[in-house]
Amino acid sequence: MSPNTPTPNARVSVNVDGTTYVDTVEARTLLVHYLRDNVGKTGTVVGCDTSNCGACTVLMGTTDEIGHSVKSCSVLAVQADGQSVTTVEGLAGPDGSLHAVQRAFHEMHGLQCGFCTPGMIMATVDLLQDNPDPTDEEIRDGLSGNLCRCTGYQNIVRAVHVAADYMRTGAPAEHEEVTTA
Amino acid sequence: MTVTADAANAEVGAARRRKEDARLVTGRTRWTDNIVLPGMLHMAILRSPHAHARIVSVDTQPALSRPNVIAAFSGADVAATQGSLPCAWPVTEDIVHPDRPPLAVDTVRHHGEAVAVVVARDRASAVDALEAIEVNYEPLTPVLDLEAAVAEGAHLVHADKGTNKSYTWIFDSAEAGSGGAVADADAEVVIERRYIQQRLIPAFMEPRSVIVDPGAGDYTIWSATQIPHILRVFYALLTGTPEHKIRVIAPDVGGGFGGKLQVTPEEMITFFAAQRVGRPVKYTETRSDTMLSAHHGRDMIQDLRLTARRDGTVTGLSVKLLANMGAYLGLVGPGVPILGAFMYNAIYKFPAYRFECSGVFTNTTITDAYRGAGRPEATYAIERLMDELAVELNLDPIEVRRRNWIKAEEFPFTTVCGLVYDSGDYDKATDKALGLIGYDELRAEQQRRRTSEDPVQLGIGVSTYTEMCGLAPSRILGALRYAAGGWETAAVRVLPTGKVEVVTGTSPHGQGHETAWSQIVADELGVGFDDVEVLHGDTRSSHKGLDTYGSRSLAVGGIALVEACRKVRDKARTIAAHMLECSPDDLEFTGGAFRVKGTPEAAKTVADAAFAVFAAHDLPDGVEASLDADATFDPQTFSFPHGSHLCAVEVDTQTGKVNIRKYIAVDDVGKVINPMIVEGQVHGGVAQGIAQALYEEAIFDEGGTLLTGSLVEYTVPSSADLPEIISDRTETPATSNPLGVKGVGEAGAIAATPAVINAIVDALRPYGVDDVQMPATSERVWRAIRSAGGNA
Repeated sequence: MSPNTPTPNARVSVNVDGTTYVDTVEARTLLVHYLRDNVGKTGTVVGCDTSNCGACTVLMGTTDEIGHSVKSCSVLAVQADGQSVTTVEGLAGPDGSLHAVQRAFHEMHGLQCGFCTPGMIMATVDLLQDNPDPTDEEIRDGLSGNLCRCTGYQNIVRAVHVAADYMRTGAPAEHEEVTTA
Repeated sequence: MTVTADAANAEVGAARRRKEDARLVTGRTRWTDNIVLPGMLHMAILRSPHAHARIVSVDTQPALSRPNVIAAFSGADVAATQGSLPCAWPVTEDIVHPDRPPLAVDTVRHHGEAVAVVVARDRASAVDALEAIEVNYEPLTPVLDLEAAVAEGAHLVHADKGTNKSYTWIFDSAEAGSGGAVADADAEVVIERRYIQQRLIPAFMEPRSVIVDPGAGDYTIWSATQIPHILRVFYALLTGTPEHKIRVIAPDVGGGFGGKLQVTPEEMITFFAAQRVGRPVKYTETRSDTMLSAHHGRDMIQDLRLTARRDGTVTGLSVKLLANMGAYLGLVGPGVPILGAFMYNAIYKFPAYRFECSGVFTNTTITDAYRGAGRPEATYAIERLMDELAVELNLDPIEVRRRNWIKAEEFPFTTVCGLVYDSGDYDKATDKALGLIGYDELRAEQQRRRTSEDPVQLGIGVSTYTEMCGLAPSRILGALRYAAGGWETAAVRVLPTGKVEVVTGTSPHGQGHETAWSQIVADELGVGFDDVEVLHGDTRSSHKGLDTYGSRSLAVGGIALVEACRKVRDKARTIAAHMLECSPDDLEFTGGAFRVKGTPEAAKTVADAAFAVFAAHDLPDGVEASLDADATFDPQTFSFPHGSHLCAVEVDTQTGKVNIRKYIAVDDVGKVINPMIVEGQVHGGVAQGIAQALYEEAIFDEGGTLLTGSLVEYTVPSSADLPEIISDRTETPATSNPLGVKGVGEAGAIAATPAVINAIVDALRPYGVDDVQMPATSERVWRAIRSAGGNA
């Protein structure tokens, strides 16, 4: 292929956060770039180029399930053709109410700069699908593909426990704010 | 208007959940790379594959024929105008300070140095076209070893400078008059050690990104930076663009840890690119770019000599440092070891001290501030030495420290460096930590394991640290030849409906200033936490500021905020008095309102005053129709957080595997605005300190190629690699500022590294081990046991 030959294009149809998008993309386009540049889902971010950091984690599956976590930098957009993708922007309820995992990260201070947070939240959603009541060790192992540089992970572990509680038993409707040390 | 009955100080001290989170947990974020402007182009950078080479020729022409390419240029094309990147901390008068062109012109001096760029319609086209650029290099011998670099006959990083030594900076307590001479110190015991501070990479999670919109000569620049205000000043100075025609915005910024405290080649190159093409240009680096080009941290050789009497009293400390600057001087790089210079004496009453540091050029990525910046290195050295002294004298490591540290009743205490520590209570913090870890039980278990020759040995590491925060009194910075001041500014604007806008000169990137600043304002003005909006990181809304680094934001910026609030309150008091038809002196501010003394139901809030000001129908004579105020605070001294960290490790002597069994962090950061945020800062700092001790090291091969150029090789720890941290606090307020705060951002990173290594060495003492090089990987620990001749 000469340098001036465009790479082959492919037509993809991907359901992202409940909306079906139809696009023509270069075959080499990574899912994360497709999400960010074509669909405008900039909540999903790129933190590395070696699939180590997990900041780009989304859920991918067939259209009738929420799917499992994938690092969207390691998936081609064409591999998502006909699939359903859920990003951090598709987690909250239609009324804007936070998903249990989002809420738990907020309540337990499971984020600081927040750059790893979309991936961390999506990985947690998948972890809790597989294991609704994980131990500390299972959480630490389960999230070991997602790097965070701010929190030391401790409050992330706490947040996952709280999220697990909320998902098993239902979150309290009006969670009381902690206002004293 | 109703007056809430909340007690004063209801917000300060509360574990308020963060305002910042709402957008961060939902993905509605404004990272620089998320921003798309009409007509925006994308830039890619061609980087040097060599650590040291002469550039014979660069031909960017072939790239221009690639699809979607708008422009391509090299250092030669901008040589006349690109200038040199700044070093704002030339620590000595005769410092060797070579030019640092953003794009290399005739020589590349480190792997990854920027050589040429392509600007294209989309990022992929720009990256694709890089391969069409032809560069001929003539490789030169790289200078990589610190000691070899300063040896006679060394190859030179900068041939025209005739030396690889940038500077030598000396502090001697005898010369300074703050202590005795180390040569005269009683030397019944002498401990001499060499410690290596390996090179680290800050590895913030968000790769750096910059967009320059050249407008019509009025530039708007978005950058993932910690220092939008400082960056704006340097854009003006380096490009000749009038400062008022430059607006710098740091939108959501994904971590920094000092790593985004820099004026970068990429920021300048993107500016030139946008200028050339007359359209907005974005550059977002890959992680691989970050590892090569964003500054690294640490990388020092420490030669140490500690003298003491046999009763454990330290009589003197000499420190000789070689500090690797990398290929050029970074923004504050030369000053990093100097920040450490004042901390080697730590919490102790050493009577004599000498410090000498040489900054050295090598063909490596530049080094500069990384969480703690000089103070982790100093703390590591002295806390390792105190353990060695304890072993030499057969004393408990806590006991030898107690015999030397400043007692609570001795504050304020002037140290051998001449710094005045305002407050602290080292006994209290240490006793609390000892209780939390169960020190005596662990020592007993350690003895049992030693006696039974258990293959898994137990070690307990101690780190009793202090740090200087609240950078910094401008006068001291000036005396240290730092180019900028250390003040911070805040403005408070009360809107007609009583809502409050706060403009701060600090620039948070994970620290939660929007939350903490709201808590402060809520208490100061008697408004609701949710009624405060904190504006930051945009030079159009906050025209001045000195940004966020060095644990300064609360200890300096927070005080400016309090002072601005108090000015607003004074204005409001005058207006409230007029409304209540009394004298301002008859009012007290309590429960969120001005109340007539003795008649508390007669009350007016700041919001009441704000609406009165808005209408301005009936203001007292001579009172302006404004409830706005600003304040700039310049601290008189540093603040000195301290703490005691204890770490228990199990070391498998057959495999070298280290397992942190228990980690206790007791920190005294003075008064706390938000304990949840403080705890989070401690966790993150400790994680980075442990990472230095056990996991991370930037490694160059013998040709100067960075081997740890991605997150595959540079092992930032994951959740599975770190222990649970048990954190607690003592609270000895700073007396040097009205909030009593000290700063917490760097504490954990300073304290943790020696705690972990001391624990490992403590476990292995019976094997004859007295040091393990960081990072203490299983292999290194295993080899340390064997080379010590231990029987493992």
